[in-house]
Amino acid sequence: MTDLSKRLAAEKRFKYIAMFAMCLSLFFVVILMLKIFTTGSGAFIRTTIEASVYFDPNTIEVTNESSIKAIKKTSYVNLADQIVKDNHPNLNDEKFILVREMYTRKFDFQLRDYIANDPNIIGKTILMDITASSDLDQIVKGNYPRDVPEAQRKINDYQLSVLDSLDADGKISSTFNLWFFTNGDSRDPETAGILGALMGSFYALLICFSFAFPVGLLASIYLEEFVRPGKLTDFIEVNINNLAAVPSIVYGLLGLGMLIGVFGMPYQVPLVGGLVLGFMTLPTIIIASRASLRSVPPSIREAALAVGATKTQTVFHHVIPLSLPGSLTGTIIGMAQALGETAPLLMVGMVAFVMDIPGGALDPATGLPSQIYLWSESAERGFLEKTSAGIMLLLGFLITMNTIAVIIRRKLEVKW
Amino acid sequence: MVYVSLLLVFLLSYFFYFIGKKRALNLTIQQKQTLTALPDYYGYYTVIIILIPAILIWFFLLIFKSNFQEIFVMSPLLFPDIEMWSASKTGLIMNKVTNLSHVVNLPEIDLSVGDKSILKMASESELIAAKNLAGFDKIYGWANITLFIILPVLLGFIATRMISTKLNAQPIVERVISYVIKGSSYIAILITFGIFFSLIFEAINFFRYVNFIDFFFNTSWNPNRAFVINATEGFDQEALKDAFGFVPLLTGTILIATVAMIVAIPLGLLTAIYLAEYASTRVRNIAKPIIEILAGIPTVVYGFFAALSLAPFIKDVGESVGLPVSAESALAAGLAMGVMIIPFVSSLSDDVIKAVPNSLRDGAYALGATKSETIKKVVLPAALAGIMGSFLLAISRAIGETMIVVMAASLRANLTFNPLEPATTITTQIVTSLIGDVEFDNPKTLVAFALGLTLFIMTLILNVAAILIVKKYREKYD
Repeated sequence: MTDLSKRLAAEKRFKYIAMFAMCLSLFFVVILMLKIFTTGSGAFIRTTIEASVYFDPNTIEVTNESSIKAIKKTSYVNLADQIVKDNHPNLNDEKFILVREMYTRKFDFQLRDYIANDPNIIGKTILMDITASSDLDQIVKGNYPRDVPEAQRKINDYQLSVLDSLDADGKISSTFNLWFFTNGDSRDPETAGILGALMGSFYALLICFSFAFPVGLLASIYLEEFVRPGKLTDFIEVNINNLAAVPSIVYGLLGLGMLIGVFGMPYQVPLVGGLVLGFMTLPTIIIASRASLRSVPPSIREAALAVGATKTQTVFHHVIPLSLPGSLTGTIIGMAQALGETAPLLMVGMVAFVMDIPGGALDPATGLPSQIYLWSESAERGFLEKTSAGIMLLLGFLITMNTIAVIIRRKLEVKW
Repeated sequence: MVYVSLLLVFLLSYFFYFIGKKRALNLTIQQKQTLTALPDYYGYYTVIIILIPAILIWFFLLIFKSNFQEIFVMSPLLFPDIEMWSASKTGLIMNKVTNLSHVVNLPEIDLSVGDKSILKMASESELIAAKNLAGFDKIYGWANITLFIILPVLLGFIATRMISTKLNAQPIVERVISYVIKGSSYIAILITFGIFFSLIFEAINFFRYVNFIDFFFNTSWNPNRAFVINATEGFDQEALKDAFGFVPLLTGTILIATVAMIVAIPLGLLTAIYLAEYASTRVRNIAKPIIEILAGIPTVVYGFFAALSLAPFIKDVGESVGLPVSAESALAAGLAMGVMIIPFVSSLSDDVIKAVPNSLRDGAYALGATKSETIKKVVLPAALAGIMGSFLLAISRAIGETMIVVMAASLRANLTFNPLEPATTITTQIVTSLIGDVEFDNPKTLVAFALGLTLFIMTLILNVAAILIVKKYREKYD
């Protein structure tokens, strides 16, 4: 009987090994999520310094009668410097530079928005929360250690003492970082936002959808309902299955070589990115849509044909309405994949530094994943936070899209 | 503006759908004639007659707009020496004029300091050209909209005039529909050909600079050597010979993919076995979607994770036991890639294992085999072909994966099979050669297409083999 107990022990062993393998796979999901959420949460908070701001008419180059366009295009760097000097009196030049570094370099944009919002503010004094520079922000958040030698710190002793005195006066505070959602990219982590990349991805997905959904749906109708099995159909079928497994970077090369190189489309625009993503998504949509067409029982078709409908009428009036939820589910899942694809965007140039928020599919832009890649290549700690926050946002979108797909499948799909 | 005109076309065609339908109905009701098709079809007929020419013309105008602009702006009257300009200079001036045209007609009060300075720096003829261009853009926009109001209306009236009881709209409409759906399914083939030809043409251009044999059999990869020595001699042939050696990229790709498969195959297969054979329905319903989350995570996230956490961790562990580990080791990239591929292997294998008929399991149990013996000796051999297919797809996925290796693997080619050393891959080098200036006349850019072609062929062979194996296997148990 030792033989049987040995066999039973082997049985148990095998089961536990398999269970361990599954738990290890689950463990990876947890680790990945934890790591991203702990590094990224800081990006949603920014540190501000309270200061009294006098909009000095002598320093500002525009007046309250200038047009909004002119106000938006004027530089306010001198005003920003003036305000820092006013708030920290008696600084020599060297110390002024150090103190100015504690405020964000893009302070003048904050002032510009204020003036553009209400030009009558020129000549008045208000209290304003000015965003601190990224290095100061990281010190306040505790991501940079304070107790290392001065040479290893980005903030030196003098700046630390200024920070502490500001903190003692209650001027340092943390607010929700709205800029992350309303700004385009920036060289400074504290002002860098995701909106530009988000709009880039939005336009690309719009193009991707308007190409891949109609073409995919119609192609699946042809392959499933109209064509007779034969050599050509087999070829198309193998071809579509292969396209679904072609590496995404190869699609990127197609975009670069064909769309940009041969057809002369512009570089780094969502139009080309979206088309390439559309090519990639097409097989996914065709495969899903064919499966849902196949699940419509033949009795529906036969009933329509029996009362005298033509083939086209049968398909368009009866089969497609029943299979549409399935096709939509497949499309949304395909679009979610497309949203996360980075390599094709790299190939068509959607990885450049773009400050402006794109206003259409023909404006230079980055996409959400390529922005994440760009930020991850930057050395500063502030961008590390942004990268993780960008990933959180991207994952949020993916989860939402997949949830919508599941809901459509549950609510609308007819079971036969 | 151009999108407004497209929208107009659609709105007008929608409107004419009702006019066409109405006219057909009038024919029957008022004139007591019998129609040969349902009234709807006369509406569709009108829509088709409007949409097909209008959309073709719209595309034509969209594609050639910049050509029209250039013809309009770059006239020898403004720029007398235009015949002597190179293409890049023409492009540069065209860009400048386009930028100027946005501000040239603005009132003084709306100009910023920057606008004023570019206006001041522009030459007289550039300013005139910019004014012309601004005028042209304005007229072009309005002409476009007018055209796409007049054209659909005209076509719509012609179509409605053509509607009569003798016209049988149904076969015409159905034939157009059948052409459209047929065309859509050929797009999939067109994409494959598009990939193939765009890769092969540029790859041929690349092999004009670099010998075929040098590329595939040379062991040194150093594309920065490919620079022009001087204008007359072009590229240094000797340097080119040693610049593009494919072998270290291939070994790097194989090394990283092997590490990934060592992680993904056992974990993925065992997970699939547990989920398909052991797990209760409840555990399965919870665990399966969670593992599939891994498949939905974008690869840029894995790359970030590998570069930020995994690589330093492996380096620390290695150094604590006295092993020298590179910060960009093949191991870190391979491990992250392996985790990415687990759900891919597990869900494909899961399907395959579930497809094995229960009668085979019951037969084994009846002979007294335990569950694990049944799995190992009956289920897995029966499912072997399908599982192999899923492995092949997983390998194809691993060698084509880009972002993880771009972010976590090295850029420097290194001919090694030691996973603790840095290694580079085909996809990494494609990305590096295309980041920065893209010049279609430089082997440094063109090599991306040669690498892409090799990658495409490698994955094509793996994919087609996998698809055929899985297809054959399905037929066996269907």
